[in-house]
Amino acid sequence: MDEIAPEYDVVVLGTGLTECILSGVLSVKGKKVLHMDRNDHYGGEAASVNLETLFRKYNNFTAGTEPWKKYGRANDWNIDLVPKLLMSNGELTNILVSTDVTRYIEFKQVAGSYVQVGSGARATVAKVPSDAGEALRSPLMGIFEKRRARNFLSWVAAFDEANPSTHNGMNLSQTSMKLVYDKFGLEATTRDFIGHSMALYPTDAYLDKRGMAKDCVERIRLYVNSMARYGKSPYIYPLYGLGELPQGFARLSAIYGGTYMLNTTVDEIHYDPSGKVSGISATMKERSETGPGMTFTTKCPKIIADPSYFPDRCQVVGHMLKAICILNHPIDFTNNSDSVQLIIPQSQVGRHHDIYIACVSSAHNVCPKGYYIAIVSTIAETSANHHLELAPGLERLGRVEEKFMGPPIPLYAPKGDGRADNVFISKSYDAESHFETTTDDVRDLYMRAEGEALRVEGLKEGQTIVAEE
Amino acid sequence: MAARSQQGRPGARFAQFKLVLLGESAVGKSSLVLRFVKDQFDDYRESTIGAAFLTQTIALDEQTTVKFEIWDTAGQERYKSLAPMYYRNANCAVVVYDITQASSLDKAKSWVKELQRQANENIIIALAGNKADLVAEQPDKRAVQTADAQAYARESNLLFFETSAKTAENVKELFTEIAKKLPIEQASQRGMRGAAGRPGGVDLGNRQEAGGAAGGPGGCNC
Ligand SMILES: Cc1cc2nc3c(=O)[nH]c(=O)nc-3n(C[C@H](O)[C@H](O)[C@H](O)COP(=O)(O)OP(=O)(O)OC[C@H]3O[C@@H](n4cnc5c(N)ncnc54)[C@H](O)[C@@H]3O)c2cc1C
Ligand SMILES: Nc1nc2c(ncn2[C@@H]2O[C@H](COP(=O)(O)OP(=O)(O)OP(=O)(O)O)[C@@H](O)[C@H]2O)c(=O)[nH]1
Ligand SMILES: [Mg+2]
Repeated sequence: MDEIAPEYDVVVLGTGLTECILSGVLSVKGKKVLHMDRNDHYGGEAASVNLETLFRKYNNFTAGTEPWKKYGRANDWNIDLVPKLLMSNGELTNILVSTDVTRYIEFKQVAGSYVQVGSGARATVAKVPSDAGEALRSPLMGIFEKRRARNFLSWVAAFDEANPSTHNGMNLSQTSMKLVYDKFGLEATTRDFIGHSMALYPTDAYLDKRGMAKDCVERIRLYVNSMARYGKSPYIYPLYGLGELPQGFARLSAIYGGTYMLNTTVDEIHYDPSGKVSGISATMKERSETGPGMTFTTKCPKIIADPSYFPDRCQVVGHMLKAICILNHPIDFTNNSDSVQLIIPQSQVGRHHDIYIACVSSAHNVCPKGYYIAIVSTIAETSANHHLELAPGLERLGRVEEKFMGPPIPLYAPKGDGRADNVFISKSYDAESHFETTTDDVRDLYMRAEGEALRVEGLKEGQTIVAEE
Repeated sequence: MAARSQQGRPGARFAQFKLVLLGESAVGKSSLVLRFVKDQFDDYRESTIGAAFLTQTIALDEQTTVKFEIWDTAGQERYKSLAPMYYRNANCAVVVYDITQASSLDKAKSWVKELQRQANENIIIALAGNKADLVAEQPDKRAVQTADAQAYARESNLLFFETSAKTAENVKELFTEIAKKLPIEQASQRGMRGAAGRPGGVDLGNRQEAGGAAGGPGGCNC
């Protein structure tokens, strides 16, 4: 086997999406990258796994049985561990296009975006109205409220930061979203579906913050523009599952000289006398291998890593609850859509955090024909009875063939910014329904590690050799 | 991303297939592609850098055109870290060994086994014993006998060629024989696949800014 180089510009630990995007971008920019993962597969927490792996991961079966066999070939399943969708006009899409990673991954629209108002027997599930015309037809509102919602959405559509005449007499950088809603006279339920299913805030914390109105209006515009792009919903999703995303960026990195090593555990991180990282020792050993594996040491002035490689430098910032469910039917009231995002805003079911349902199906090559994979998720608010917290979401699914639900998943964030020792740590994937906060973390990490803002525009043009037609 | 096809002139057949390269490091995978696609060779090639994938078209006859979308490993196989994305939907594979390195044939055999276990059952596999030019000059450099590799290929149902990326020997022939075995008819009938081709598929390449938020009719602020 080839020797590992004596020195790299950066060592990346973990092949989650955040790490793979950074590795890809750094390689394209000419940095010498060594990228390692202790697992035998790409993606870390953002991997997609087959059905047998899922049963084993959740230990959801009696020893000696093979329940996955009744669902066809295990490899026809690509089940996401992180429930997220891409906004078609969002930042991850922008990065995918700017780096040409779209060459390796095909995307499909998600067929619908829905919201629930009310709860229990009086729950209504309806399409999220995305423009003034849809607001007027929406069953979510009464006749007068429809007009008010239409006025609000028309104002958001026309809003132009540079043109004060579109501001409707408000300074969005100063005011709170509550005051904006007040100005349009919107009812509580309307505020709920706008804030939670369009602006996609997972809690109501945004409502009263001064100056937050600008962020909220931008988020609504992202939703509306993403919706306008392909028509059915603002979301897109990769064929074969989200696990394709880290693989695509890893391939980009490899094409630009990045070195990849799975099955590799970190033995020691070396620091120089000033406390900055100076190198790393690690061992590559396949599971089936009986020998000692291949141990090596290399120098590096920087490390980028996911939280699992530096648990003592991270803190738990919350717990996510998640149930992965296999269905053999689409979700009720969603027009038989092959894929949907359904959001249950927190206050509709007496909670402080929204419940999300992300559902995909064989239309995205993630399971055999006739099946649907729905993930219900939220942030834990209690320390017991977690299935009760997810209950309003599980109710929406109807009959479930299999349900995989583990203990609450801790979400980590680094305690420091990494500048003291040049070990830069990413955050766990949060409970948001899309990747916009993931790309914020990519930008933040890039800034911390490279000391300049990440610019992906023009990366493609700078590439030396790309595919030739 | 695999078999795509489209109808052009009446009677004309066109189909696109994904081809993946496998084999030990430095056996000449990238060199074979470079020879096939650009008719070039470079003695001092560094390990693969910079090609997302390359495409090359072969006209089998006046009516029939096959386009290969050729994926190189990008070096990810070096430490056994090839991503499943690489072989997903591969229609054909060229497994390369170096005829002056006996161990590279063992590695090739293990790739063939992996392909037969993991890939779709109709995948066309070709075995290429590369660097034939080296033994033309110095016969004692040969470490793998033609007859042995040939016998192995026959029993495993593989196409087989001894090639040289340096002299171009058998390179075109290798790809042409693969093209002849591919299911062009079926691919043509399936119609255009991929990207915006399938229902609900989206083409992100043509990214355009939706001009402002899409406001509905009658946007008055009264
Ligand atoms: C060497 C090797 C190692 C592998 N290792 C792994 C691994 O470690 N882990 C793992 O998860 N997987 C692995 N795989 C599997 C791989 O990721 C794919 O799942 C596999 O290649 C697809 O085979 P399939 O039989 O599922 O084919 P299918 O996906 O069923 O497709 C069969 C063929 O028909 C074509 N086709 C399918 N649908 C259509 C359509 N609608 N229109 C036109 N054509 C269509 C495809 O292009 C394909 O050629 C490996 C594969 C190989 C070759
Ligand atoms: N003499 C001779 N040399 C060859 C031939 N093909 C490739 N080489 C040389 O072998 C070396 C490796 O070739 P590559 O094409 O880079 O091999 P590879 O299999 O792509 O290697 P990796 O990308 O590292 O996996 C280079 O120095 C080539 O010039 C050949 O047919 N004859
Ligand atoms: Mg190569």
